[in-house]
Amino acid sequence: MTGSASTRVGPATSGAPALLTATALTRRYGSLTAVAGVDLRVAAGERHALIGPNGAGKTTLLDLVGGAVRADGGRIDYAGRDVTRLGPVRRARLGIARTHQRPAVWSSLTARENVEVAAWRQAGGLRGVRTPGRFRSRLREPALALLDRVGLADVAARTAAHLSHGQRRQLEIAMALAGRPRLLLLDEPAAGLSGAEVQRLVTLLATLSREVAVLLVEHRLDLVYALCDTVTVLRDGRLVASGTPAEIRHSPAVRRAYAEAVR
Amino acid sequence: MTPRPSRWLVRAGAVAALAGAVAAPWLVDPYTTSLLARTLVLGLVGVSVAILTGVAGLPTLGQTGPFAAGAYAGALVGLHVCPIGLVQVVTGAAAGALFAALTVPLVVHARGVVVLMITLAVGELTVTAASRWRSVTGGSDGLAGMPAVRPVWGMGVLDSDRERYLYTLVVVAALLAVVLIVLRTPAGLLLRACRDDEARMRASGHRVTGYLAAAVVATGALAGVAGALLVSVQQYVSPADFGFEVSALLLLGAVIGGVASVGGAIAGTALVIAVRDWLSGMLPGHAPLLLGGLFVVTAYLFPRGVVSFSAGAVALLRGGSRPGSARRVPDRSGADPAPGAPVPARVGPRGSGVGT
Ligand SMILES: Nc1ncnc2c1ncn2[C@@H]1O[C@H](COP(=O)(O)OP(=O)(O)OP(=O)(O)O)[C@@H](O)[C@H]1O
Ligand SMILES: [Mg+2]
Repeated sequence: MTGSASTRVGPATSGAPALLTATALTRRYGSLTAVAGVDLRVAAGERHALIGPNGAGKTTLLDLVGGAVRADGGRIDYAGRDVTRLGPVRRARLGIARTHQRPAVWSSLTARENVEVAAWRQAGGLRGVRTPGRFRSRLREPALALLDRVGLADVAARTAAHLSHGQRRQLEIAMALAGRPRLLLLDEPAAGLSGAEVQRLVTLLATLSREVAVLLVEHRLDLVYALCDTVTVLRDGRLVASGTPAEIRHSPAVRRAYAEAVR
Repeated sequence: MTPRPSRWLVRAGAVAALAGAVAAPWLVDPYTTSLLARTLVLGLVGVSVAILTGVAGLPTLGQTGPFAAGAYAGALVGLHVCPIGLVQVVTGAAAGALFAALTVPLVVHARGVVVLMITLAVGELTVTAASRWRSVTGGSDGLAGMPAVRPVWGMGVLDSDRERYLYTLVVVAALLAVVLIVLRTPAGLLLRACRDDEARMRASGHRVTGYLAAAVVATGALAGVAGALLVSVQQYVSPADFGFEVSALLLLGAVIGGVASVGGAIAGTALVIAVRDWLSGMLPGHAPLLLGGLFVVTAYLFPRGVVSFSAGAVALLRGGSRPGSARRVPDRSGADPAPGAPVPARVGPRGSGVGT
């Protein structure tokens, strides 16, 4: 829980051991190279932002790290092992959790059930929750606590299909946390949230245990600069720059990347 | 969540249906009783179709496969081993489960319409195999002459249509209770989650393929039991019992009843069989036409199946909107969202990321 309340650690984490190392990572869709030879290093407990204009390949990079999409080239090391060939299930079990740009929740389940199913593996599967007592203590109570943390305690019994877009986004964050990840991949968690919801999200991320590293895709640069230790800029699938928020904020290369994209 | 009044309506309906089912053989003639017994048997297969289609998201035309496997296994046990119903039912379950296990590699990697095509082929191959493999199945003549069944050791022989009907009712009701209980445990939750969003399941560390395989095997066992019961009811089995019409009828019944509900599957199957066997008696030769009409009418009026109509009726009485919204294809998200409430459209195959 070191530095759990602080929002900036600066380059201090660069000395921490690498949790995730992507080397020359490449993914093609037909003739389009969505991610082109990207190198990325996320230290244990680091808050690492991934920014860039639309179509830069940010989501694809998260897909590659999470295992939803296979790499066409390069390799991914996570927690000291090569996970390039592992599927999403194995990677999830190794502690990589994610949320999606379009919130992915189980729409016919209630909010509470969503978190329970997401926590299922971590709670020990069928064997772990076999008795009602264990089910309550290992699944139900932690699920309700997580829902409370993301501000969904009131709607725990509501079917996910009937939650608002912002609520589903927060539900997916609770689901990702339910797996007790070591690496949390968040794809635009603030998009479509109300002001109050964004505030709650910021608090949640700022107080998140430093045992969890976060790789965050976000368009709102104010949040990125406030929350993250390192910022990596992508454009057209290529890495443009990577550094501390202060470095990135003043980098001409980054300004150019954005300016050209807007034009 | 279903509004409370409609839940009570469904419950009262279920109790009434059960009472009616017990009283039925005293109210109708023996021929109709045996027809009712066959309807129960098909209703059980219909439940297995509904679980695969509605809960697991694998629409199937191939449950006639394990159904046939269970039937032939039960018939062979009846002919050569013993007349004990329990033994036949267990053998039928094992045969159905084994058959389904063999089809697992074909089924669990495909999705949507492709599953329909693969399972259709499986069903057709089963019928062909049943009519060719004369030494075991008796070919297209079928197997006949098995002694009347005794439910368990020490019980008398069931030698009337009424007794065989009641035996079928007891077994089917017991299995339905088991199915309902299992679907209420986390197992049902996991299956529904797979249907809702498979990629999300994987991202949470769940082996979707394994869960689907388990569902295929378990529903295969259910269909296998139904097969053994069919043999006990009609004391005869032939490939004609497992033709394409039967598969289509079962899927139609499940869709009409509301694919995500077990009671709906039984009601839908019963309705479809009633239309085929009784209504078409008044308009001979027009059964397919009637069934087609029935399908169009239900798809239009009750996009979530007839059973959810009770929930819709409650909403109407309260001055709410129409049950569901017409012209929506029966949807897979289950019957629970309250009627009239906005339900995000989910189109496209599972895991395609289509959703809201
Ligand atoms: N499944 C796919 N099939 C084909 N092309 C794809 C697919 N997924 C992404 N792409 C393409 O790859 C490129 C990168 O997409 P990606 O979604 O990773 O961008 P992004 O940086 O997340 O953009 P945004 O900010 O809009 O979310 C885009 O040009 C996109 O059209
Ligand atoms: Mg994106």
